[in-house]
Amino acid sequence: MEDYVIQTEGLTKKFGDFTAVNEISFNVSKGEVFGFLGANGAGKTTAIKMLCGLLMPTSGKAEVAGFDVFKQSESIKRTIGYMSQKFSLYNDLTVWENITLYGGIYGLSKKQINERGKQLIHELEAESFVNKRGKDLPLGFKQKLAFSVALIHQPRIVFLDEPTGGVDPITRRQFWEMIYQTAESGTTVFVTTHYMDEAEYCDRVSIMVDGTIKALDTPAKLKKSFHAASMDEVFLQLARNVVEK
Amino acid sequence: MKQLITFILKEFRHIFRDVRTLVILFGMPVVQVTLFGYAITNEVKDADIVVLDKSHDYLSTRLTNKITSSGYFYLKDKAATVKEVDKLFREDAVKLAIIIPEHFAERVQEKDAHIQLLADASDPNQANILVNYTNGIINKFMFEEAGVGLPYAINTEVEMTYNPTLEGVFLFVPGVITIILMLVSALLTSIAITREKELGTMEILLVSPLKPIQIILGKVIPYMLLSFMNAMFILLMGVFIFHMPINGSIPLLLGESLLFIITALSLGILISTKAASQQVAMMVSLFALMLPTILLSGFIFPISSMPWPLQWLSMIMPPKYFIIILKGIMLQGVGLAVLWKETLVLTGMTLVFLAAGIKNFKIRLA
Repeated sequence: MEDYVIQTEGLTKKFGDFTAVNEISFNVSKGEVFGFLGANGAGKTTAIKMLCGLLMPTSGKAEVAGFDVFKQSESIKRTIGYMSQKFSLYNDLTVWENITLYGGIYGLSKKQINERGKQLIHELEAESFVNKRGKDLPLGFKQKLAFSVALIHQPRIVFLDEPTGGVDPITRRQFWEMIYQTAESGTTVFVTTHYMDEAEYCDRVSIMVDGTIKALDTPAKLKKSFHAASMDEVFLQLARNVVEK
Repeated sequence: MKQLITFILKEFRHIFRDVRTLVILFGMPVVQVTLFGYAITNEVKDADIVVLDKSHDYLSTRLTNKITSSGYFYLKDKAATVKEVDKLFREDAVKLAIIIPEHFAERVQEKDAHIQLLADASDPNQANILVNYTNGIINKFMFEEAGVGLPYAINTEVEMTYNPTLEGVFLFVPGVITIILMLVSALLTSIAITREKELGTMEILLVSPLKPIQIILGKVIPYMLLSFMNAMFILLMGVFIFHMPINGSIPLLLGESLLFIITALSLGILISTKAASQQVAMMVSLFALMLPTILLSGFIFPISSMPWPLQWLSMIMPPKYFIIILKGIMLQGVGLAVLWKETLVLTGMTLVFLAAGIKNFKIRLA
């Protein structure tokens, strides 16, 4: 029996007549980098919101970090981290104020905030940025900082919603190094992206089309079964089927 | 609790780092009180007048002196002919002309003296006030100095209760407090909440262990404290600069202010749950709250002289009740025994707004 941190079975969300997420079932292991792909409107965001305890599912089953999404959303919120494509730190607060704010919201003690904050700054080599406000930071650095802050309470799972949107290739590279380090330390990384080269970096990838998961496997196996040279082709094949249908 | 305090501290940082918010918070009250207190006033002070005295006897001279020494009028000119008076009006040099007939003293003895008052009615309000003031002075003069009017004239004795000197500012201070509290509380909170939605930070907060109620409280408490400070500041300005009395209980006054602040805050929350962007929130706050506050609350225009649809509309305006409460406590010196009805209405409205706001906020999450 593998150590799963996310388990879903027939998870469904309907908005009136519209089924945004249609019976998705998948498991994610501890320390895995799980790519969650899909075109815009495929239902990715809805699925993530259900897993984060923001949306109540219509039917099905799902457990995140051992907690039931139907009944224990408060416990889920405490054990996950979240970062979205929008810059998720406050522009009018300094780097340090942002760090203490999130530490405080997640209920860390002053001592913990101080220790982890300093360590985080050290790892990002951002000593010179500490007292700068969010709006004065370069975008790439902001994203890395937002990722680090999302990890400040040492969550078991971190959800990254298109974390590298609008970031230059070098920073993207660094960002993925951070993702690997995080996964190695045992934290599961659940990441959505539109960059297919990034999909290749994931341990496993799921591709959502029209509210259902059309494919789920390691990038290598996916490419093999779709007879494709790259993840890009795999994705296009799946997405094209929808258009032709 | 610790989480909430962290969150409130953050909100204070937002406020003190945003120049626009600071201007609305602290600049606005000063400007409004000064504007309403000094500039916009319907009292008469040193109005320019002209006297055409055709009589030039002892009585007409004394009457002229009496009028000019009242403090309301400034004798700009003395005219010799009606033509000159006409010219002064055309040049907009005077607002009022007083024409005293020939043989004034003798005519007064014969009880057949007519004084003509000409007022520039291009500003009807002012003309009315000037004529009334002058009439008052002349009647008093006739009674005291000339001894006429007694046998058959009816003397009305008017006493302006609660505001004996008819100070306009006594009405404006409660009005300005109401506007400021409405503006700061509703407008600023609705903008502050929608800003987080727009920036995407709301998403992060919702995913965090903070409960929705903590998020709302964290956003609202700083504005509540600052609004309360603002209310006290305006009251102090009213008392010390404009010598406005507080005849009733001060704790009650502060308590009612707090109630109205919460009313406005809950409106702000409600608006923010509906508005998608800061602009929408601002527009709604300004047009749906500010204008009715100014126009329909009885602050400037008396509600009793409005057509019935507007009177009916004013019934659902929270500011109306707060202004009644403020005036009641400050000027009339009455307590809850009299104002319980208004207080109850405000409390009821607040509960409705709060319930609707919190329900909407939760629906967004479900």
